[in-house]
Amino acid sequence: MVEFRIDRHSGMAAYLQIVQQVQEALRMGILAEGDQLPTAARVARETKLNPNTTLKAYRELEHLGLVEPRPGVGTFVSAVPAQRSPLADSPLRGELAEWMRRARVAGLDWGDVSALITAARAEHFPAG
Amino acid sequence: MGGMRSADGAGRWAMEARGLGKRYGRNWALRDCSFRLPAGAICGLVGSNGAGKSTLLNMAARLARPTTGSLRIFGLPVTDPGVLTGYAFLAQDKPLFPRFTVEETLRLGAELNPRWDRAVAERIVRSGKVPLGARVGTLSGGQRSRVALALAFGKRPELLLLDEPLAELDPLSQHEIAGLLMAEAAEQGTTVVMSSHQLSDVATMCDHLLAVSEGRVRLAGEVDELLGAHRLVTGAHLVEGVPPQIARHAVVESRAVGRQFTALIQTRGPVEGDWKVTAPSLEEVLLGYLRSPGTPALLTADAQVDDEDRGARGEEEAAA
Repeated sequence: MVEFRIDRHSGMAAYLQIVQQVQEALRMGILAEGDQLPTAARVARETKLNPNTTLKAYRELEHLGLVEPRPGVGTFVSAVPAQRSPLADSPLRGELAEWMRRARVAGLDWGDVSALITAARAEHFPAG
Repeated sequence: MGGMRSADGAGRWAMEARGLGKRYGRNWALRDCSFRLPAGAICGLVGSNGAGKSTLLNMAARLARPTTGSLRIFGLPVTDPGVLTGYAFLAQDKPLFPRFTVEETLRLGAELNPRWDRAVAERIVRSGKVPLGARVGTLSGGQRSRVALALAFGKRPELLLLDEPLAELDPLSQHEIAGLLMAEAAEQGTTVVMSSHQLSDVATMCDHLLAVSEGRVRLAGEVDELLGAHRLVTGAHLVEGVPPQIARHAVVESRAVGRQFTALIQTRGPVEGDWKVTAPSLEEVLLGYLRSPGTPALLTADAQVDDEDRGARGEEEAAA
């Protein structure tokens, strides 16, 4: 079983926070295949989170193929996602490092670089 | 769509207001309110003091009669005696008889309500370790709220109307009562409409929002949908007035401080140009609409009452 923590000031929708926390719990081994997720009523009692929000998160997780509802019983972990290759080995990391080196050579300071990253992020990850 | 007149639609909308208004003397406390709320929603009713929140709750609870328009509760006109068993109303001061014991209070609930669910009421009282023999007048604020909620949920209402349920409770009791409210609503599938000034509570507890200001609806619909329709944009203010890239969107509110221009917008497609775009919080969206009376109200598609239904109910509007 897991407990959720809802950060009301994060700007991220509460249901997405639950989705993310379940994914994280799966990655960290806190949740394993066959484990039950807390019922919406239980999450509500502990975090005062709207039960429909929890159910929305569970539907999203079901959509992702990670959990399955068993009517009248609850929601259970159906699959644990395969371990993603560690980000450290990703070619993206090397490309970003190379990009930052060029930015520095071009005379940009961290503030400039950060502004560019924020702008690019707004363009490509508008929901984040 | 045929609205709630169709057989399956009758229970779909917990609340439907059409041209609803209430006048006290020469003052309109609420005016031309049209919206609907789906069954199963937990709806936050927000707005300044005197905006019309209590008036709306009082009309839904049959404590005040609409001056104009119509209000339906699960498909029935609010004036129909059939709605009586379907709702529970909890006023802010949580009126209970102070000299009754907790046990006597629950027995009163059983005597007065044909659909009384003793198991639910006792579970709520017991889980808070409220002594059954204690007189209500001697209980703490949190315990009194718990007894009042036990009475409300014991009635097995389909619709629960709450006026500031968490006001005047200490932080621990607030958390406990809010959790209790959410958990019981989940277990029983109760539709909840609660007025509140605590926007952080509303953001956590409510999936729907109804914001009123100066007697009129300003925002209505699902919270995620309302939030998702808006963005906060910040950038350099290089031209007079609203920058053209921003003016393409519906601007709810904007301000310029020096060279910085900030606006809350209802987006019409992607924001182009050199703007920092962020997702606004519920508080930012709500304050934007409450502060800008000139901005048109926003009702999500689901919260809007059908036009043809509105036409078909012309006779009710005509009473205005």
